Amino acid sequence: MYVAVKGGERAISAAHAWLDETRRGDPALPELTVAQIEQQMPLAVDRVMAEGSCHDRFLAALAIKQAKGDLIEAAFLLRAYRTTLPRFGVSEPLETNAMRIRRRISATYKDLPGGQVLGPTYDYTHRLLDFALAAEGSDRAEAPQAEVPAGAVPRVTELLAREGLMQREEATDAEPGDLTREPLAFPAARPVRLQNLARGDEGFLLALGYSTQRGYGGNHPFVGEIRVGHVTVEFTPPELGFPIELGEIGITECQMVNQFKGSRTEPPQFTRGYGLTFGHGERRAMSMALVDRALRATELGEDVTAPAQDHEFVLYHSDNIEATGFVEHLKLPHYVDFQSELENLRTIRAALAREAMQEAAE
Amino acid sequence: MSTLTPGFADPVLDAQATFRAVLEAMSRPGRIQRAGTGLRPPAPMMPAAAAVLLALADSGTTLWQDAGTDAEAWLRFHCGAPFAAMPAEAAFVLATGAPPVIADLNAGSEEEPERGATLIVQVAALEEGAGWRLSGPGIEREHRLAVTGLPSDFVAAWARNRGRFPRGVDVILCAGERIAALPRTVAIAEG
Amino acid sequence: MSPPDDRSAEGGGDLNRPGQTKGPVMEGYNFAYLDEATKRMLRRTILKAVAIPGHQIPFGAREMPLPYGWGTGGIQVTAAILGPSDTLKVIDQGADDTTNAVSIRRFFTRVAGVATTERTAEATIIQTRHRIPEQALREDQVIVYQVPQPEPLSRLEPRRAETKRLHSLADYGLMHVRLYEDIARYGHIAKAYDYPVMVNGRYLMAPSPIPAFDNPKMDRMPALQLFGAGREKRIYAVPPYTEVRSLDFEDHPFRPIRAPHACALCGSRESYLDEVITDDRGGRLFVCSDTDYCSGRVALREAAE
Repeated sequence: MYVAVKGGERAISAAHAWLDETRRGDPALPELTVAQIEQQMPLAVDRVMAEGSCHDRFLAALAIKQAKGDLIEAAFLLRAYRTTLPRFGVSEPLETNAMRIRRRISATYKDLPGGQVLGPTYDYTHRLLDFALAAEGSDRAEAPQAEVPAGAVPRVTELLAREGLMQREEATDAEPGDLTREPLAFPAARPVRLQNLARGDEGFLLALGYSTQRGYGGNHPFVGEIRVGHVTVEFTPPELGFPIELGEIGITECQMVNQFKGSRTEPPQFTRGYGLTFGHGERRAMSMALVDRALRATELGEDVTAPAQDHEFVLYHSDNIEATGFVEHLKLPHYVDFQSELENLRTIRAALAREAMQEAAE
Repeated sequence: MSTLTPGFADPVLDAQATFRAVLEAMSRPGRIQRAGTGLRPPAPMMPAAAAVLLALADSGTTLWQDAGTDAEAWLRFHCGAPFAAMPAEAAFVLATGAPPVIADLNAGSEEEPERGATLIVQVAALEEGAGWRLSGPGIEREHRLAVTGLPSDFVAAWARNRGRFPRGVDVILCAGERIAALPRTVAIAEG
Repeated sequence: MSPPDDRSAEGGGDLNRPGQTKGPVMEGYNFAYLDEATKRMLRRTILKAVAIPGHQIPFGAREMPLPYGWGTGGIQVTAAILGPSDTLKVIDQGADDTTNAVSIRRFFTRVAGVATTERTAEATIIQTRHRIPEQALREDQVIVYQVPQPEPLSRLEPRRAETKRLHSLADYGLMHVRLYEDIARYGHIAKAYDYPVMVNGRYLMAPSPIPAFDNPKMDRMPALQLFGAGREKRIYAVPPYTEVRSLDFEDHPFRPIRAPHACALCGSRESYLDEVITDDRGGRLFVCSDTDYCSGRVALREAAE
């Protein structure tokens, strides 16, 4: 006689135990500490903070450890934690003009106030596996340090705007929408779009940004500037009425300069695509800036022809926590709906077979 | 200002119980539920109306009320909801006296009818089994509800409210610790 | 600046109240996991959903500790309505012991300490994925559906801005055309699950991927039906005793199908069946998808013997 399968609860517990075992790997090797991950895999930590939508290096590193290095899973852990935190208010806008800069490059000017600062970049490394790193206990190389250039480091887009060549962004005191509280609605305002992109999947943003370069909704972008460094976060408690410093966070900002043909009311000028991300994430900030500019097509009177310009397509599919959940939910049992499809197909085929028999008989 | 009376004794579980009473009332129009037992809100606010607002209103909703300054202070402290200048601007409207004209309240839009306001009306008495004959979603055949203390033109105004479905206003009637709800779908025939 | 969710922490640390003795509740989390501000937002949404039967209402879905697509919408709805006196049943594919049902039940035991049951008759709240229990539900029960795609028109029109407009106009021509194309091609409507319904004669609604076999149970059901889609961030509802009509045509009436067999365990010829492959030579048998219904019938038969 047939006996139905049981024991889901026990199987789940056993699976979790096995998962813990595989996470630890060979117990003969020392266990990774969260501090090691935080210090030695900083770019992974940065990506998890960005996609996890929570600036906390320790928690991001912990999530990476718990997720066995699966960065999307780690971002999910961080998001699920973040959502339980009380919210005290909204910070003042970050002042990236006042950034403590580690890296700052412009592709549009050979030299400019504040200079070109290469910083810690992979850009000009030759991608040759470094077998010296495989040896343990290698000493840390001290990097030579130059004088920090004195004076302000104005943003390239400001310089262009002063000449009237860059479209001005309207400053507003209006409170921006909040994706984590209100569901997306369309048309989506730019602050909401930027929030969505800022925590969007890096691979998705990269592919979409790339598609704009290949002619899918393209306009030619220049990297006006990428700056990486630390900025101060300020908060104005209502009872004080003036801002207080909460601390510093590391961010990457990218401003892309794009052409704009002009309209009946506006002369031709440059427009900007904007990208900003937690930590050091140039690929992410640049992709975001490309997609941001593409999403402005409608408001700039351009034709919407490509996926990257399509608000619903981009904003509904950028979130890798949502995407991975829904793609992976296909592993859940679907016996019931599959069964209904089976019976449906059998019914259709039986009817067709009957018809064929009748026709043959006639 | 006098000292404020307390809100829910157990903010988590009392809010849950009150919500379930409102949910039951909204799901079965005309059936009477209990809410607000033990609450002593400032007059003229009744315990049921106070409980409904404690359970549902907060800094994310706008509120309009006609219950006076003591009630306003109590609601401001316990709910934290911003007050609207006009009933038409409010998500929750509390009427302890003559209720505002339903047609003047926010009824939402055809695409977003859920933005229609919730009108909480305090009445003198609520009794099942007599009075209005209610029909519509949530009602198997007919529910009867006797409401004492509503303006005489309420049923006509309600028919107009129901006529613009899916736009519309939903009503929660409160009498002491009793509540009954009239979702915008319900049809009222006078008994 | 928006005021803080000042009330969100209230009661958060006070989890050991009387009446909550059914299980150890996880420390550091509010009753039923969600903070109170989130619950109020969900509750307001649910009430409007009940007032506008079949209309999808966007809500600020939160990230839950379970993945999107695995029932986060249903979980948020359940968390918003659940109280200490409730008894919760969770089913997936009709069964209480499928892995995801086990996982969700365990979640609520941990964060709310509520009593759980596998018996349909004992439950006050039933959270379900893909089935409606065979046993008729009562007035004192609420059924919460997990919904992957709340928009019945999504396969015909992926743009939410456009489907919103079509719902506002009650313009469902697209769906009628789609069903009619089936008839032209196959001789009948070939939609076997998530079969679209009209609610109270006004809104086209996705019943979630239940088999069309279950659709008639939704019509004028005494229990309140709530639907939660977490990833798509929408909630909708069908109040009790509300008309739920499966779309069809006069000359092609709605005709739900089930496998034309009897359950190999309880012998039922009325219930919805799962197909089980028993060998690689075409051997198969059929068993009830509703495990509680099936085991109840088996117990009755054994008692009679």
